[in-house]
Amino acid sequence: MHPAPSLIVFTVLSGLGFGLLAMLGLGLRAPVGWAAFCYYALGYGLAGAGLLASAFHLGHPERALLAFTQWRTSWLSREAVLSLATLLALAPHAAGAVFWSTPLPLLGAIGGGLALATVVATAMIYAQLKTVPRWNSWTTPGVFLTAALTGGALLAGLTALAGYLLAVLALALVAHWQVGDLRFASAGSTMGTATGLGRLGGLRMLAPPHTGGNYLLKEMVHVVGRRHALKLRLLAMACAAVVPAVLLAVSPGSYTGAGLALVLHVAGMLAVRWLFFAEAEHVVGLYYGRRGELSD
Amino acid sequence: MTDQPRVELSPKLFDEVRQTTCYMCACRCGIDVHLKDGMVRHIEGNRAHPINRGVLCAKGSAGVMQHLSPARLRAPLRRTGPRGSGEFEEITWDEALQTAVDWIKPLRETAPEKLAFFTGRDQSQSFTGWWAQAFGTPNYAAHGGFCSVNMAAAGIYTMGGAFWEFGQPDWERTKMLVIFGVAEDHDSNPIKIGLGKLKGRGARMVSVNPIRTGYSAVADDWFGITPGTDGLLILSLIHELLRAGKVDLDYLIRYTDAAHLVDGRPGATRGLYLRDGHGKPLVIDRRTGAPATWDAPGVRPDPGAEWQGHLTVFRHMAERYLGEDYAPDAIANRCGIPAERIRTLAAELARVAFEEEIVIDQPWTDFRGERHDRMVGRPISFHAMRGISAHSNGFQTCRALHVLQILLGSVEVPGGFRFKPPYPKPFEVHPRPHGACKAGEPLAGPHLGFVRGPEDLLLDDAGGALRIDKAFTWENPMSSHGLMHMVISNAHAGDPYPVDTLFLYMANMAWNSSMNTSAVIEMLTDTRADGDYVIPRIIYSDAYSSEMVAYADLILPDTTYLERHDCISLLDRPICEPEALADAIRWPVVEPDRPGHAGVRGFQSVLLDLGHRLGLPGMVGADGGPAYADYADYMVRHERRPGVGPLAGWRGDGKQTGRGAPNPGQLQRYIEAGGFFVDHIPEEAQFFKPWNAAYQDWAVSRGIYDAPQPYLFNLWLEPLRRFQLAAEGHGEHQPPEHLRARIIETLDPLPIWYPAFEEAAVDHAAFPLHALTQRPMAMYHSWGSQNAWLRQIHGENPLFLPQGVWDAQGFREGDWARVTSAHGEIVVPVALMAAQNGQTVWTWNAIGKRRGAWALADDAPEATRGFLLNHLIHELLPPKGDGLRWANSDPVTGQAAWFDLRVRVERVGPREVAEPLIAAQASPVGRGPRVVRHGGDWT
Amino acid sequence: MTALPDRTEKKLGLVIDLDTCVGCHACVTSCKEWNSQGYGAPLADVDAYGAEPVGTFLNRVHSYEVTREGASPMVVHFPRSCLHCEDAPCVTVCPTGASYKRVEDGIVLVNEDACIGCGLCAWACPYGAREMDAEAGVMKKCTLCVDRIHNEELAEADRVPACVKACPAGARHFGDLGDPDSDVSRLSAARGGMELMPEQGTKPVNRYLPPRERDTLTAAPMSPVAGDATGFLGWIDRALGRL
Ligand SMILES: Nc1nc2c(c(=O)[nH]1)N[C@H]1C(S)=C(S)[C@@H](COP(=O)(O)OP(=O)(O)OC[C@H]3O[C@@H](n4cnc5c(=O)[nH]c(N)nc54)[C@H](O)[C@@H]3O)O[C@H]1N2
Ligand SMILES: Nc1nc2c(c(=O)[nH]1)N[C@H]1C(S)=C(S)[C@@H](COP(=O)(O)OP(=O)(O)OC[C@H]3O[C@@H](n4cnc5c(=O)[nH]c(N)nc54)[C@H](O)[C@@H]3O)O[C@H]1N2
Ligand code: SF4
Ligand code: SF4
Ligand code: SF4
Ligand code: SF4
Ligand code: SF4
Ligand SMILES: [Mo]
Repeated sequence: MHPAPSLIVFTVLSGLGFGLLAMLGLGLRAPVGWAAFCYYALGYGLAGAGLLASAFHLGHPERALLAFTQWRTSWLSREAVLSLATLLALAPHAAGAVFWSTPLPLLGAIGGGLALATVVATAMIYAQLKTVPRWNSWTTPGVFLTAALTGGALLAGLTALAGYLLAVLALALVAHWQVGDLRFASAGSTMGTATGLGRLGGLRMLAPPHTGGNYLLKEMVHVVGRRHALKLRLLAMACAAVVPAVLLAVSPGSYTGAGLALVLHVAGMLAVRWLFFAEAEHVVGLYYGRRGELSD
Repeated sequence: MTDQPRVELSPKLFDEVRQTTCYMCACRCGIDVHLKDGMVRHIEGNRAHPINRGVLCAKGSAGVMQHLSPARLRAPLRRTGPRGSGEFEEITWDEALQTAVDWIKPLRETAPEKLAFFTGRDQSQSFTGWWAQAFGTPNYAAHGGFCSVNMAAAGIYTMGGAFWEFGQPDWERTKMLVIFGVAEDHDSNPIKIGLGKLKGRGARMVSVNPIRTGYSAVADDWFGITPGTDGLLILSLIHELLRAGKVDLDYLIRYTDAAHLVDGRPGATRGLYLRDGHGKPLVIDRRTGAPATWDAPGVRPDPGAEWQGHLTVFRHMAERYLGEDYAPDAIANRCGIPAERIRTLAAELARVAFEEEIVIDQPWTDFRGERHDRMVGRPISFHAMRGISAHSNGFQTCRALHVLQILLGSVEVPGGFRFKPPYPKPFEVHPRPHGACKAGEPLAGPHLGFVRGPEDLLLDDAGGALRIDKAFTWENPMSSHGLMHMVISNAHAGDPYPVDTLFLYMANMAWNSSMNTSAVIEMLTDTRADGDYVIPRIIYSDAYSSEMVAYADLILPDTTYLERHDCISLLDRPICEPEALADAIRWPVVEPDRPGHAGVRGFQSVLLDLGHRLGLPGMVGADGGPAYADYADYMVRHERRPGVGPLAGWRGDGKQTGRGAPNPGQLQRYIEAGGFFVDHIPEEAQFFKPWNAAYQDWAVSRGIYDAPQPYLFNLWLEPLRRFQLAAEGHGEHQPPEHLRARIIETLDPLPIWYPAFEEAAVDHAAFPLHALTQRPMAMYHSWGSQNAWLRQIHGENPLFLPQGVWDAQGFREGDWARVTSAHGEIVVPVALMAAQNGQTVWTWNAIGKRRGAWALADDAPEATRGFLLNHLIHELLPPKGDGLRWANSDPVTGQAAWFDLRVRVERVGPREVAEPLIAAQASPVGRGPRVVRHGGDWT
Repeated sequence: MTALPDRTEKKLGLVIDLDTCVGCHACVTSCKEWNSQGYGAPLADVDAYGAEPVGTFLNRVHSYEVTREGASPMVVHFPRSCLHCEDAPCVTVCPTGASYKRVEDGIVLVNEDACIGCGLCAWACPYGAREMDAEAGVMKKCTLCVDRIHNEELAEADRVPACVKACPAGARHFGDLGDPDSDVSRLSAARGGMELMPEQGTKPVNRYLPPRERDTLTAAPMSPVAGDATGFLGWIDRALGRL
């Protein structure tokens, strides 16, 4: 899939934002006054920026309100509804904490839960797609959720929790890559099933339908070099999880350490997301002779 | 569900439908042009039209993009920069016409041959030829000589018609179709409709083609033949059929010259039919064992006869083709097809022909007066096109194929191959060529025709060619369509003489229709010592900003096909069906508008105007004014013979067909009827047309013939033998010494095979591969690239390499290769294709474009990754060291031998730009817009 | 309303015959032409005359090569457009309800007025049947020519999809695949009509007829009547006797 910057930024930022909001809502960090203002501003800001970034991806952002209507069937719509619900549910809780130093824990808990549900919904937008076997796995919500929690914990300064979560994130990433690498093959779609011609013999594309480009190729047929991807995975893993975890472990309580860990984590997550898209192969590529293998 | 959005299910998307004829290619389908507010909105097939019956190909369906092309010319142009630069100024029509008159009127008055007028696939050749005849130049022809004259001439000489406009398989009934060398054909939609019918019935389709795409891809059986060897394969099939006695003897005796005696006496008549005192060919009557004229009442000719040393044609055939030279085992390697498959194909042909015969209970009477109570057919049909004709052995190969059809008794029978009016029409009733010209006078007769023997050649007293293209000379005596591919080369060389003005119409001769494109560009721009161009003047009519436009001095811009009158005439290449006579018109369904410019005019109307200004006979009225107001007027009022004009429908009082006085209301009747006219052939006359008395009478009534013309098929072709006799030293017309041997070898009266000339001339180790082009179904030569939709389908073209070549040189996706022939080299992108003959490489034809042409961006893929194979193909053979220019053409017809090309391929790794890269031309029409939203204007 | 209907009254769709398709692209441009002016926004072409033209097409024709053990390779032309799936994932993912499946005929459509151009439906479609129009910013897909097949302004015979009317080889058939007695259902049944990517669980309505077996020509060898020209004479004599 085409690693569109708007999508990468959106998923990373909104993950961070909703992760932080979850921490705040669930009361794992319960600031009041100016501190609360800063935390909530950050949480709302990140979540909002994410949503804004995703709007850049739309052909008709002015119709975005319609996206709240189909929550019964559509994960994208659910994400919209949930994100709004999160922001609404947390508002009294946040306002209470900021202005009256009186958080409303019940609403906070509901909001925190909704924040996590939002992250899951975002992940499900991808995970539901049978057409992208790499995504179509429990590891997708797994990674999204752990990433959001980790980022949230880091932002919330919950370094101990973040330490554990970074470890879980590392495991989730390994799982996502391990499972993902096998998904295309196990999903069973081949050029043969795509065309129905598989039983005739060895198949290859002789000529594309058009020599000119098209939306599908731009959007869904993206090829990353195998070695390039491996290097990036190592780098992403190091930045997003391993190094931050080590930093937190070696410099407990250090602001610089925690800050560095956060920055590295976010940078790593951008790389993780880039890979999430770039490595994901859509079955439509089969029609164009892409057999679900990475190129050299 | 109630919340489902409401969809407007019956929108009215147009306010008028105008029916005319497509011209995205030469197939000429009927189209329904949907207009809204006077603008062309969309185009569909006309369901009532005999050619396409509602269907429309990719090009036709993209017609609106052709019509709205940004490359459309807008005004007459006069060259301001050097030739080839593309720098022009727009001028008025008066200036343009006056310039043309100033240039060519003096030529007519002094040396009419100094005007060379050649046209492309314009479909108005009966008109342009008439104009050229009136002008008096011998130098006129259309594109046929480089296209498929081998096919046309071999068919007409052998059986009075060939494929495409001449005839087609009996799609409704045939049980087995074998196609040779067809990628697309002119008959694009009818062939596809026909194949669909065959598939629907489960009838078998076999394709003989080095490449398995398109029709060959859907063929049930594919014979991936090595290019240039079809003649051998066909003669081998004939060998097998003769050996097994699987030929239709009754058919041969009744309808062919099989039983004619061939003169066996040494001397000037050897090898001609043995004739009686009145010149009538003789046969041996089985009842008496004595000679009789072939058409004597009650005669029963004996095809196996020998009489006083004279053998029948059939005996000659048996002697030749039963020889082991033609056995499948002897030819299999050369053809690249296992002997077993050849035997199987022959056996299946025989089985279907003789065990699955078709009977129609329709009585008919033959020209001898014999009544037949039914029509019996052999349901085998064949079709072929340039794959066999565009070779230097193509004429004989095409003839071999017709002879095969005839031996199987499958021509003009149910289930076989059927002629379309005005064919069948034997060569004997076609005119002979005319070429002797006199200053200020029209030519005595039509330029092109069918020679009967050496006396018909167009030579001056010194033996020099009368025509610039050297058509109808000893080099290619039966060049019935001329040799357009030799015109620029000969004019540049001043051989046989220089010309002054080259007048071209609708042919991109500076690019894809020329062999040796780079050299042709040099010839067009070459100057003499005095600084003048070697070819001093070039006038050209195009509708779009093509490559050729840049090389002309004066441009007469044509309209698009939706903006003018045209005539698809029985005098020309009509749209008839085997069951019906049909012709059609184009008419301006929209008026040409080029706001802010001098505008464009239909070229035929311009020619009439020019003819009037030049004072050409037939084009000046009694009052000195123009004889015809425009082409539409000509279409209605012109009479070629009394009562016979360009259009056959609604003549006279509107009820006469074929013959009748001009009817002023005729065009309106065509328009009302959907743009075409159909007249069905009576049931009794539908088959056995060359011999069917009812057909012959019907044809006379329709003005196709002036008297019944029954004839026999020529298995033995006497005109060829006459040239051989001359080459053997007989007769007063003698060929030049250097051609004697070749004439004797190649102009054999029975089909033969010999290796193609380039193949024989070049070193196979240096050039191990055959290189071919194919027509893409979704592109028409060069002119599809200006079409925003079509160019996305074929915007660049790789050279397809077979697996062996691919593996041997370790090619990888994205690689390019240097391709070298005996004449030149190109560097181009490559791709792998296993489904082709292992000694063959190929690419799509005419995708490559010159930068700046067609209103495309300079970095358009057509110009950077698209390429022409033409740079590698020379119009001449590699020099033999005898100082002579030997044309790369068929020795019988002069057909350009495009597909004889041999090359070698070398991997060069990834590249960006194809070579040669020819400098950009300026665009006289600007560039196309960035975004096209056709339909956007209405929503 | 991106919920799929429980059932549709008809299952209109196409049956595409891969045995007959010659790869001519008529269905591609006829589709583009019709759908550039009827339903919804025109199908734009960007950089139309430039270096990288990219246009919206609702139907595209691929070419594949099949290599076979012990037989010559084949080429198959393969048109690809929306299959109007019964279990259309493109519909259920749509956040706005723009994407829907019609109850009366099963056609899957995009209501362009409600489309936000998020592109998710195109991701959800395994078959590449949806393309976002770069100029209009909305999702385009095969409409099964909904504004032709029911269009009372058109002659009865023309109420078929543009691609079906245009297809010169007759390789495209249109009808109700929900009715087992319809021509298309019978044709599909007789010729082993295939579902594409059944493992995706989309339950496509369209069917593809597989190419028939190729290169099967066999014939009993012919027995010679004559080995040479002399023997041949005897045969002529005998044959003439029978005429
Ligand atoms: N779409 C479209 N239609 C067209 C045209 C076009 O440009 N586009 N052009 C029109 C014109 S001008 C013409 S002349 C016709 C030509 O119609 P075709 O003759 O069908 O066109 P070509 O592409 O020249 O096809 C030649 C075929 O012969 C095969 N071939 C080459 N050499 C050999 C050989 O030695 N033996 C055999 N058996 N096969 C061989 C090639 O593989 C190819 O398939 O098409 C007309 N129709
Ligand atoms: N390598 C290779 N080369 C080949 C062939 C091949 O098989 N291989 N095939 C050869 C054959 S058979 C042919 S017929 C030629 C064809 O080659 P051309 O005859 O050059 O055919 P086109 O490229 O279609 O160009 C015709 C010109 O007519 C112009 N034109 C289009 N419409 C109109 C109109 O309405 N009015 C006027 N006045 N002009 C118009 C176009 O803009 C274009 O410039 O190519 C030959 N060249
Ligand atoms: S075959 Fe196509 S381009 Fe040619 S006349 Fe017919 S519809 Fe037009
Ligand atoms: S083919 Fe694709 S777009 Fe069409 S209904 Fe099925 S999933 Fe949806
Ligand atoms: S692109 Fe349009 S139709 Fe597709 S899912 Fe998004 S809103 Fe729905
Ligand atoms: S049914 Fe209509 S919209 Fe669909 S592919 Fe055919 S022409 Fe295009
Ligand atoms: S129009 Fe018909 S034959 Fe041509 S590509 Fe489409 S389906 Fe195939
Ligand atoms: Mo041609």
